[in-house]
Amino acid sequence: MIKALMLLPLAAGLLSFLVRGDLARRSLLLWTARGHALLTALLLYTFVSARSALGSFPPPVPGEWFAYDALGLLFLCTTSALFLGAAHYAVAYLASEKRNPGEDAEDGFIFNNAPETVFTGCLLLFLAAMTAVTASRHLGLLWAFVEATTLLSAPLIYFHRHKRSLEATWKYLLICSVGIALALMGNLFLGAAGLKSGAGLDLGGLLAGADLLDKPLLKAAFLFLFVGYGTKMGLAPFHTWLPDAHSEAPAVVSALLSGALLNCAFLGILRAGSVCSAAGLADFSGGILVLFGLFSLVTAALFMLGQRDYKRLLAYSSIEHMGILAIGAGLGGGAVYGALLGAVSHSLVKAGLFFTSGVVLAAEKTKRIADVRGLWRRAPRTAVLWLGGFFLITGLPPSGIFLSKFVILREALAGRHYLLAGVFLVFLALLFAGMAKVFISMTFGEHEARPGEKAFKEPSGMLLPAAVFFACVMFIGLFIPDWLHRLLEGAALNI
Amino acid sequence: MHTFAELIIVFVILLDLALAVTGSLSSCIRLVAVQGVVAGILPLLAGSGTPHARTAAFAAFIILLKGVVFPWLLTRARDRSGARKDVEPLITYPASIMLCLGAFIASSWLGSRLPLPETNVAWIVPASLATIFTGFLLITTRSKAITQVLGYLVIENGIYIFGLALFVEQPLMVELAILLDVFVAVFVMGIAIFHISREFDHIDTAELSELSDWRRGEYGK
Amino acid sequence: MEIVKPLTQYLAALLLAPLLPGIINRVKAFFAGRRGQPVLQLYYDLYKLLQKAPVYSRTTTWVFRAGPVIGLAAILTSLAVLPFAGRPSFLAFDGDFIFLLYLLGLARFATVLAALDTGSAFEGMGASREMQFAVFAEPAFFLGLAALARVTGQTSLAGMFGVLTGDLWRTAAPVLALLTASFFIVLLAENSRVPADDPNTHLELTMIHEVMVLDHSGPELAYILYGAALKLWFFGALIACMVLPRHSGSWAGDTGLFLLAMAGVAAAVGVVESVIARLRLIKVPYMLITAFAFSTLALIFQMGR
Repeated sequence: MIKALMLLPLAAGLLSFLVRGDLARRSLLLWTARGHALLTALLLYTFVSARSALGSFPPPVPGEWFAYDALGLLFLCTTSALFLGAAHYAVAYLASEKRNPGEDAEDGFIFNNAPETVFTGCLLLFLAAMTAVTASRHLGLLWAFVEATTLLSAPLIYFHRHKRSLEATWKYLLICSVGIALALMGNLFLGAAGLKSGAGLDLGGLLAGADLLDKPLLKAAFLFLFVGYGTKMGLAPFHTWLPDAHSEAPAVVSALLSGALLNCAFLGILRAGSVCSAAGLADFSGGILVLFGLFSLVTAALFMLGQRDYKRLLAYSSIEHMGILAIGAGLGGGAVYGALLGAVSHSLVKAGLFFTSGVVLAAEKTKRIADVRGLWRRAPRTAVLWLGGFFLITGLPPSGIFLSKFVILREALAGRHYLLAGVFLVFLALLFAGMAKVFISMTFGEHEARPGEKAFKEPSGMLLPAAVFFACVMFIGLFIPDWLHRLLEGAALNI
Repeated sequence: MHTFAELIIVFVILLDLALAVTGSLSSCIRLVAVQGVVAGILPLLAGSGTPHARTAAFAAFIILLKGVVFPWLLTRARDRSGARKDVEPLITYPASIMLCLGAFIASSWLGSRLPLPETNVAWIVPASLATIFTGFLLITTRSKAITQVLGYLVIENGIYIFGLALFVEQPLMVELAILLDVFVAVFVMGIAIFHISREFDHIDTAELSELSDWRRGEYGK
Repeated sequence: MEIVKPLTQYLAALLLAPLLPGIINRVKAFFAGRRGQPVLQLYYDLYKLLQKAPVYSRTTTWVFRAGPVIGLAAILTSLAVLPFAGRPSFLAFDGDFIFLLYLLGLARFATVLAALDTGSAFEGMGASREMQFAVFAEPAFFLGLAALARVTGQTSLAGMFGVLTGDLWRTAAPVLALLTASFFIVLLAENSRVPADDPNTHLELTMIHEVMVLDHSGPELAYILYGAALKLWFFGALIACMVLPRHSGSWAGDTGLFLLAMAGVAAAVGVVESVIARLRLIKVPYMLITAFAFSTLALIFQMGR
């Protein structure tokens, strides 16, 4: 089953390089996404039904390279669901892109797009790599697949053949590759720490023999892994590639980067953190996570306040959420549950928002906040989603994100981290105010028709995935189904 | 045997210094290739007794990749981008070499402080750390995109030597996956360099600065 | 009787030193396809210059006259400390390598002062360049000697080279190789050889060392030329001692090998001069920084062992 999960997108990705017809390739993408989601659902079902009487999941056999524990499965489900939505969006997007070639909003020149073959192929291979990341039980393999996601998503960011997207791609490639090279150092340190126990880099072996690990080396390993995967996850101050890549990539790619890729990197950090806590270094790893998480939150808030580009704004919002996840994971205890819930909700909401931003871009032909007014009039359904997404992402009550932030805050207060809680709250309020100004000014107000502007027909195919995602998050916010609750609890136990 | 391995380590460090002062792009490419090959030879000497067939085959693979394939890819990228033949450093060469030396001193200190397993080859840890630092130096103080790729490769070399120093034995599959990743990274970066040269007429990364939240440039006025 | 051998060594150094520039010139001539000057040319030159009466500019003072004398005296003293063929000289004492460095510095200081005393723009320029390069060369040399002291565990040059045996080369080959390379670069720079400086140039603007001594004439020029030859001997002897670690029991055998090595060093300098173009003035510090880097690396290696 796990092999099928990884091989399906891999085979489909390779196949799509051979398929000639656009329509055939698009349906290949669509059906692969559906097949992947189906397999994931089956895996989830076997997992949930196979749980033992204690309510925890059977642990994977040590020494296996690919296996799922609850944590991996949680991220796999998120990724798969996201990709399903993204595939539907992508098909509609590619069809509309074919009709209206890209026009640069700022400079007014026409640019080409990368061949659709490359786009679809890389998209599917990207999915295969992310699936492998969630399944890897060997930290060396995990590293290799995280690096593979970087390399496979680089062509996606450079879909628009355009100076700025090229710049973003280059920064993304270089910063992430170098960052992940540092994570390789971390793996080596980890291997050295485990020389005595002979665990190698097998996660199960490391966890089982955690007492024998060499503590100073383990600390060094965690630092390097944190910096490496943190770069990829977009934690400040290693986040510099993130706003560029997210703002210049097509909306569907931004959604996948933000919703799935960042989670994969987070998974890498969580795996390292789990080894640390097993060895009794939870305070050390948690302290680092909280420190950098808080720094990311503050950085993101400051950069969002003066932001002039709404896609960059969303990107900084991702940095903010990654910061919150890191804080949650670092606090430990119940906050981990909140962080994981936040990871799932953030993925869905942010993907939906990026999808919507793609429609806004298609309608207004600009990414500048100041130039978008009265979206309400021009594209009413989009405007509803845009505003709804804003409420969900800032964590107003009927949202899974509200729940996650609330749980984290409660844990912080319970642990007497009053300063942390204070800063957390102040910057969340600041963020809310900053984002509210932007979203409200874009949605309401009088729309000034530009000369020669035609009425905008909202593409339902591009709006539907966002609407479904938002509905899911609201549902989670109101009521967490039993299987999800168990999955989250099981995943929290894995950390 | 170990004296020979030590000589190789010294050679690696001298290559770091040479990279810090070399002005010509093609010799930089060659130096990185030589360093990769030298690093590939190292595991054959550092172990005691005759190396396993697996180690030998893997070393041969690394040597082939780093000594032949990467230089070829990078030379091709350089030729196709029509770049100027020098590396255009942002700081002077003496400053580069001083930074490199400082890095070596710092890494010696760090290497003596780290609670690492005892190695039988002296200086292998400081040498690897210094190599990693040299890679960062190349990335940050050279203005061309291609030298950034070279810096990435130097970091990779350093990490590889570091792995040798720590005796971390990874399964062959993982080692191969890592190498494959590095290969694809260089390949993709080579393509990106080609595109950069076509879009911008040169591969100077100083021009890649339109996307920024700090500069109030034309974009996002 | 024990004083005879060191004294003989010292006299041999004084007598044979002017041969080195001759050998270098012959090697260069060989590479250029010429016959070249006689090997003994410097001896003839010195003899000729000593016959002449010096001419002094009216603007100069006693500093100008003292320069060559002090310079020569300093070098002569330093040779009395330097071991010959790995055997101690009569002035050797613990920590003498620092004394040597200061003697070389004194010689340079005297020469530079004499050059400045002429008040000529060219000589001032030469003096400034000399000092600029010295800033890089001296630390390289000092660190190199310090590293050598560390390797051998001795603080006198004679002791260092006495301990330096084949076994040491086997265990500390990287350090010693680095030091030899560093010393060779310092040799080239300190003795104003290509690629740092061109002793045969006729363009004052590009000269470094030669331009400082333009105004000297007669016996004083002879002192300077002789001092330069001795200085070349000094550095050559260091390198020869480095690469000749084996000490046979016999004094004559060692001496013979040592003299051969000296000739070899001179030939190597000649080859370098023939195959390498002179560096641009602005690049010379880079070369010296390289030497500095070698010495530093050697020192760090030694400390880290």
